[in-house]
Amino acid sequence: MSTLLEIAGVTKRFGGLCAISDCNVSVQTGHAHGIIGPNGAGKTTLFNLITGIYKPTEGAIRFRGESIGGLRPSRIANIGIGRTFQNIRLCKALTVLDNVRIAFDSQLRYSPIEALFRLPRSAHDEQRSIDESMALLQPFGLASHAHDIAGDLPYGLQRKLEIARALALKPDLLLLDEPAAGMNTGETAALTEFLRWVRTEFKVTLVLIEHHMHLVMNLCDHITVLDFGQTIADGTPAEIRANPRVIEAYLGGTEDEQG
Amino acid sequence: MNAFLTQAAKARWPLPALVILGFAIAILSQYQPIFSGYTQIILITIGINIILCASLNLVNGYMGEFSVGHAGFMSLGAYTSAVFTTKWLPDIPMLFPVAVIFGGMIAAIIGFLLALLSFKTRGDYLAIITLAFLMIVKSTWENITYVGGPAGLLGVNKMTTLPWTLFWVVVTILVIRNLIYSKFGRAIIAIREDEIAANAMGVRVREAKILAFVVSSFFGGVAGALYAHLNFINPKYFDIVKSTEILVMVYLGGVSSLGGSILGAVIFTVLFNKLEPLGYWRMAILSAMLIALMLFRPRGIMGMRELTWLLPKRELFPKGVVEKP
Repeated sequence: MSTLLEIAGVTKRFGGLCAISDCNVSVQTGHAHGIIGPNGAGKTTLFNLITGIYKPTEGAIRFRGESIGGLRPSRIANIGIGRTFQNIRLCKALTVLDNVRIAFDSQLRYSPIEALFRLPRSAHDEQRSIDESMALLQPFGLASHAHDIAGDLPYGLQRKLEIARALALKPDLLLLDEPAAGMNTGETAALTEFLRWVRTEFKVTLVLIEHHMHLVMNLCDHITVLDFGQTIADGTPAEIRANPRVIEAYLGGTEDEQG
Repeated sequence: MNAFLTQAAKARWPLPALVILGFAIAILSQYQPIFSGYTQIILITIGINIILCASLNLVNGYMGEFSVGHAGFMSLGAYTSAVFTTKWLPDIPMLFPVAVIFGGMIAAIIGFLLALLSFKTRGDYLAIITLAFLMIVKSTWENITYVGGPAGLLGVNKMTTLPWTLFWVVVTILVIRNLIYSKFGRAIIAIREDEIAANAMGVRVREAKILAFVVSSFFGGVAGALYAHLNFINPKYFDIVKSTEILVMVYLGGVSSLGGSILGAVIFTVLFNKLEPLGYWRMAILSAMLIALMLFRPRGIMGMRELTWLLPKRELFPKGVVEKP
């Protein structure tokens, strides 16, 4: 098994605040990798560093062995890293289909001139973008909503659409920022199955930030725990569950303090 | 009759039919006195305003930015095309289309440079940059004696006819339509909706913004070239008031709608001319209308909706044909 994503000694400072310090994460190809930690631990900052929204202050981010730290976000998306956001970020005024097409579009090769004069290649490519995007919506149960406005969808479907949209990039790596946020136990169990299906169906490596421990422990092959921007534990779900530092970070306080 | 109208609203033929009919009337009017001179001028002005309105809508509506520099691009097209037809290659009517394209190209090149300078800024800051651009262009014309300085450029032949205006209106609407319903158009709209999400979906934000700006300024220049060969041109005409008039048309007709741009330009131009006897009160009444519109229908008459005739066939989806999974 090979390493798909490697975060090596990454530090990110915002002025005096150190959001991530000397963070090391290694994601294996084909794994579902969980990133957990208390609020403010730097999990979303880490996603923003991987996807190029922030540039690391120090350290290297490597994807398939190549350094991607500091590349433009659109470039990183196009080399195969898709993501979803903690607070759903869809193009709310556009249709469900157009949301997926936007992500699919970077695979279309026609030039601005071909677009302006509607030359054959642009028309052909556009039809392909409609057909393939529709085919992608089908298994997500979104095809019947294809022409609805994305902002009008119920919350659960908006979450699914965001995942479908990220998959339209045909990524090797999918970053999910709290996919189960706002879901109850039943919905979370369904989401676990759904993510398992996504992983095998689209042959994609998953990295997910999540607070629902049940989901993380059930789905993930490997877990990294962050606290105050630092990696405090790293291992299989069983190892993490038994790790005293994790329990300390989550429950607060130590035996020393109590004693 | 009603059934016929509903059918026609959904069908594909009415738009090409209307365009052909329009051309037939426009060409016939050159030989037969169908329209009075005044009506002709109004119709040509409507055409020029449709071009201005649709091209500004690309930046202010679809891309969601706020440019107040459109009169500047208009003046670039007006002056360069007029210099072309009066000084460089004078008195060759056949070269009029070349002069119009030349005017548009110059405006597009300047638009490209302005986009490069300003792509990092958004919202208020872009408005200020375009305002500064407008002032620079205006004072440039005022200070170049070659183009007449503050007195304006005289002796431009009146070559803008109804058929030519209609031709450029059709080209503008078609090209902008093609852009909007391409991957570049979706990118422009995605940037408006959520720039961070657009980036994460692989949208090349810079490329899309620059393209929108270049196409918008090209047609601003085309409108200017048509205007220059209808009236005499004077730097004072292309000021912030002219930009504001175009903005009023865009927001009146509706943002992100080409149908709205056509409607906005028609309503504005007709009212503007009908209210002429009111003198200075004209602008007050039009502004009051705009305030009322913003209060009751902030996106304009056709905001975010499109005339189905203008949608490419592949984008037309009859409801209910998609099978459930």
